[in-house]
Amino acid sequence: MERASAAYENDLNLKATELRLGLPGTDESSEKQSSRNYKRSSPEMDNSCQKDEQKCVPASKAQVVGWPPVRSYLKNVLHQKNDSDLSGMFVKVSMDGAPYLRKIDIKVYKNYPDLLKALENMFKCSIGVYSEREGCNGSDFSPTYEDKDGDWMLVGDVPWDMFITSCKRLRIMKGSEAKGLGCL
Amino acid sequence: MQTDPNPKKSKDSPSNSDSTESTQSASPFPDDVLGKVLSFLNSDKDRSSVSLVCKDWYNAERWTRTKLFIGNCYSVSPEIVATRFPKITSVTLKGKPRFSDFNLVPQNWGADVHYWLVMFAKVYPFLEELRLKRMTVSDESLEILATAFPGFRALSLMSCDGFSTDGLKSVATHCRNLTELDIQDTDIDDFNGGWLSCFPENFGSLEVLNFASLDSEVNFDALERLVSRCKSLRVLKVNKSITLDQLQRLLLRAPQLMELGTGSFQQELLPGQFGDLESAFSNCKNLRTLSGLWEVTSVYLPVLYAACTSLTFLNLSYAALRSVEFGNLIAYCPNLRRLWVLDTVEDKGLEAVGSSCPLLEELRVFPADPFDQQLHRGVTELGFVAVSRGCSKLHYVLYFCWQMTNAAVATIVQNCPNFTHFRLCIMNPGRPDYLTNEPMDEAFGAVVKTCTKLQRLSVSGLLTDLTFEYIGKHAKNLETLSVAFAGSSDLGMQCVLEGCPKLRKLEIRDCPFGNAALLSGLEKYEKMRSLWMSSCNVTITACQQLAREMPRLNVEVMKDKESDDSQADKVYVYRSVAGPRRDAPPFVLTL
Repeated sequence: MERASAAYENDLNLKATELRLGLPGTDESSEKQSSRNYKRSSPEMDNSCQKDEQKCVPASKAQVVGWPPVRSYLKNVLHQKNDSDLSGMFVKVSMDGAPYLRKIDIKVYKNYPDLLKALENMFKCSIGVYSEREGCNGSDFSPTYEDKDGDWMLVGDVPWDMFITSCKRLRIMKGSEAKGLGCL
Repeated sequence: MQTDPNPKKSKDSPSNSDSTESTQSASPFPDDVLGKVLSFLNSDKDRSSVSLVCKDWYNAERWTRTKLFIGNCYSVSPEIVATRFPKITSVTLKGKPRFSDFNLVPQNWGADVHYWLVMFAKVYPFLEELRLKRMTVSDESLEILATAFPGFRALSLMSCDGFSTDGLKSVATHCRNLTELDIQDTDIDDFNGGWLSCFPENFGSLEVLNFASLDSEVNFDALERLVSRCKSLRVLKVNKSITLDQLQRLLLRAPQLMELGTGSFQQELLPGQFGDLESAFSNCKNLRTLSGLWEVTSVYLPVLYAACTSLTFLNLSYAALRSVEFGNLIAYCPNLRRLWVLDTVEDKGLEAVGSSCPLLEELRVFPADPFDQQLHRGVTELGFVAVSRGCSKLHYVLYFCWQMTNAAVATIVQNCPNFTHFRLCIMNPGRPDYLTNEPMDEAFGAVVKTCTKLQRLSVSGLLTDLTFEYIGKHAKNLETLSVAFAGSSDLGMQCVLEGCPKLRKLEIRDCPFGNAALLSGLEKYEKMRSLWMSSCNVTITACQQLAREMPRLNVEVMKDKESDDSQADKVYVYRSVAGPRRDAPPFVLTL
């Protein structure tokens, strides 16, 4: 996608290219309400680095042995979920200037404001839905998506239900780039 | 009924209250009358009380006891049991500490049933029933079981390990009078389903068959013939390998079933098959329990509707249903008393429960994705509140969620003050009330203050010592308490040990309770079944002190590899008349 790569090359977002541990959107100063040390991790659990905004433990904590207290028997059965079942629709989300992409399940959200709020939380920025009256709400970023036909569309034009069935991936564009899609 | 071979002297002349022979027993009953009366006693607690009255009653009780219940297999030895009770026909044995379900107990810890079976083979040749929970059972043990007891009828294995399908082959081949084979939550070496074909062709006595937790395919023809022959079959729980049209054929053979565990719903059915399955289900007029339902989707749920009206227990813990399809299903289940679901049904699904199931007594909501650190879907406090509003008879809840508030719990127990089992698991350790950011102390305070009949409590979330002060002060009927990532100091644990008179099982992990807390319970532990403390602040020295001062307790410590020498990482304390374990593996230190 030429447009996307052009955006990356022109961008001098130093913070994004700064070397540090943590996924895009995480803050260095995550709250720590408890000083407990969860030093143990289980070999059988997924040890990938987990982002965390709501919990009061360090973002990079490994999972704790035997927690939550769910029997291993039940665990094994539950993880045999089909990819094609109705329980999730994961799409990639890229944000201009961020080196890593994210993935979200858009079936989780009920409407556009819900989705945008989640994206704002994830990327720590303000994103506005375009409307004919307000433009992009004065924010820096606007959300776009690639639909089933491969076209890049502005988020918000079609009814929510139609959107979730046609959205293949999301891209959060910088306001200046989104000019051509209606923002000023 | 056989009587005591050493009858007392006063058998034919019941002594009266004027008797001056104080050396003779005071019992006014002849032995056989006493024995007859006591044979009606079924409850273990009653029998225990009876055995303490006097020597005669102790003897009469031991001669008439047929059912043995041992809640901790190490609290007593096979020899002691065999000496005291000569006429046992039914045994229930529980082994490992409950936290072994969550991988906190290493493999080969113990609780092997083998020496028990060897003793039983010698002393109880008329053994009929064996029910094991969290025990290790080898194929060799199953072989003994199958061959040493000609009248053996019922085998139930819950959360057991150590055997393979070869062991099941022995049972199927040799137990001619088997009425019950019930295997639950068991992770074994499943070589193949050939064991089922080992039931002889003329064998037809099964009433209960549950092999849902085994994976491999069984010979369906053998199963179908078996089900046809077993006219008294009332419980059938098959495994995932059984397809929908196979299920339909089984239902046709056994319309009398009361409990059904289906196989997988993944098959694509032709329209005709759909109708056949639907009528097979509606033909089962006695169905009270339904489980299994792997991979069920909204398309196939309607085949169950007809069977749902009489259901009292619906177990959907393997069916990841969404709120709408679940809501549609639950509307057909007005007589439900027990419901187990996955949190994929979300709050909306639980609202439907509140409006459709006024008779509900038990609800368990399991997390479909317990390690989902990111999105935290599932149910919230709203779902729980909704159920409590609609289901005033609710008394047993197990609820996994990511967020909760003190206010919500207060509302819930106001709506349902009769909780006997309240198990709340807020899945992020140490999470406060998400609205007020305060600890969840007041939530559990409300539970223990309002629910006076509370027997079992599991706490979670951010909790200070105040929670435990409340528990110690109010939970006068509490028997089992589970604590994780909670408390501020030794005071918390001390409050519980000092305050809960009926406490039997206390399991604690990752709490800041130390030696003072451990030692404050010295006298208490003999009145309890067991104490488990892991990843707390207890040292080996304190455990040694406990062991020294209380010789009738077994104090066992297991150490983690990385911890320093003085730490007692995992402590398991339990009362025992059998002395220290003789089969402890090297990593279990008996102090």
